Amino acid sequence: MSRVIIINAIRFIVLIFIQAFLLKNIGYYNLSTPFIYILFILLLPFETPNWLLFPLAFLTGLTVDAFYNTPGLNAAACSVLAFVRTIFINITVQRQGFENEPEPKLGIMGFRWFFFYTIILTLFHHLTLIFLEAFSFSSIKYTLIRFLFCSLFTIFLILISEFIFFRKKER
Amino acid sequence: MRNLWLFISKYNAFFFFIIFFIVSIILIVRNNSFQRAGVLNSSNKMIGQAYERLNQFQSYLSLAQVNDSLAAENARLRSELKTAFFDDSVVQKTVKDTAARQQYAYIVARVVNNSVHQKNNYLTINRGKKHGINKGMGVICTSGIVGIVKDVSDDFATVTSLLNSDTRISASIAESQAFGSLVWGEGNYNPQMALLQDIPNHIIVKKGQHVVTSGYSTLFPSGLPIGRVSGTRNQSGESFPDIIVRLNTDFATLQYVYVIRNVFAMEKENLEAISKNNDE
Repeated sequence: MSRVIIINAIRFIVLIFIQAFLLKNIGYYNLSTPFIYILFILLLPFETPNWLLFPLAFLTGLTVDAFYNTPGLNAAACSVLAFVRTIFINITVQRQGFENEPEPKLGIMGFRWFFFYTIILTLFHHLTLIFLEAFSFSSIKYTLIRFLFCSLFTIFLILISEFIFFRKKER
Repeated sequence: MRNLWLFISKYNAFFFFIIFFIVSIILIVRNNSFQRAGVLNSSNKMIGQAYERLNQFQSYLSLAQVNDSLAAENARLRSELKTAFFDDSVVQKTVKDTAARQQYAYIVARVVNNSVHQKNNYLTINRGKKHGINKGMGVICTSGIVGIVKDVSDDFATVTSLLNSDTRISASIAESQAFGSLVWGEGNYNPQMALLQDIPNHIIVKKGQHVVTSGYSTLFPSGLPIGRVSGTRNQSGESFPDIIVRLNTDFATLQYVYVIRNVFAMEKENLEAISKNNDE
């Protein structure tokens, strides 16, 4: 149990660090900026109760916001992300399977599941984030393109990082 | 209460989501100047539109007052017309109109009671003694003449409508200057028609000629439009055929009328009073 907490804490710190100091400076013009820090929320164990999941997601978003100087923006997106995550997991994963599959990881859940999991959650997160950032429908074309490119970049980075730390089912 | 708790705990994810999402939105709006400006602008726009709607509605409600003020202005403008001034150009032909003296003043009034289908029709208007209306004054409207003031109370006056068998108004045909008296009734009870009598036989009257006030009576200024000739009712052997006049005024939809006050009427009355006193 404590191992899970420590691993997640380290992951949190590393991801925030990468997001704040590395990815903040990376971008394809203004069109694409990756938000890989959501991987932390994606990879929280299945058993995380809702009363913990939501504050964690909120705090993660708020931390990133602190670095990005946009209070509330990423926090709102992360709240949506956490909500979509609970729904997605409710629909696709059997409750009894939690003992053998503690974490939603690529090596454990298989590529197909993890691929869809990433895509759907990322899309929802970015949709909220980008549209709250734009906060108007006046330049909808630019907003949509930005949303698409950001999502592609983020999904790509998440999948890459998962492949790097790929471990076949550990029993 | 238990059911409520059950409901909340069953859908706790949704409620958590709502709470945190709202908190973040509040944070966004409070702390990010761009989004705050967006919210404020859109709310300003909405409020502005709401006010505009309300204003439209209110202006509709105040149409009555606007009408009143416009009619009052019309009355004022009418009293500045040339026909409202006493024409003394015979003596002072070269003198500018600063020397012109007001002969007719117009008092605007609203028709508060009206009838057109009786044999003798009367109107009631919402002006009376207080507003300077006296018995026997002429009443007109924008399109033509209406009648003569019959009785006056403090605030109201009854008007003998043109559509009354007692009314006789001195009228002339504008094209030929022939004059007669305009009556209603006598077998004609159409509220759009009147008869012009006493026009001699030798005057050729054509359909469409204008009938106007003659100015011989003290009630109306000369030249006010009354209607148009629509035909004659030639009774054989009579030297004065009845000319049927289609009236300009639509009595059924009468809303605002103007009461004509002849400023020189007082002078005339005084003169008559003096001569009466001399008689005694």
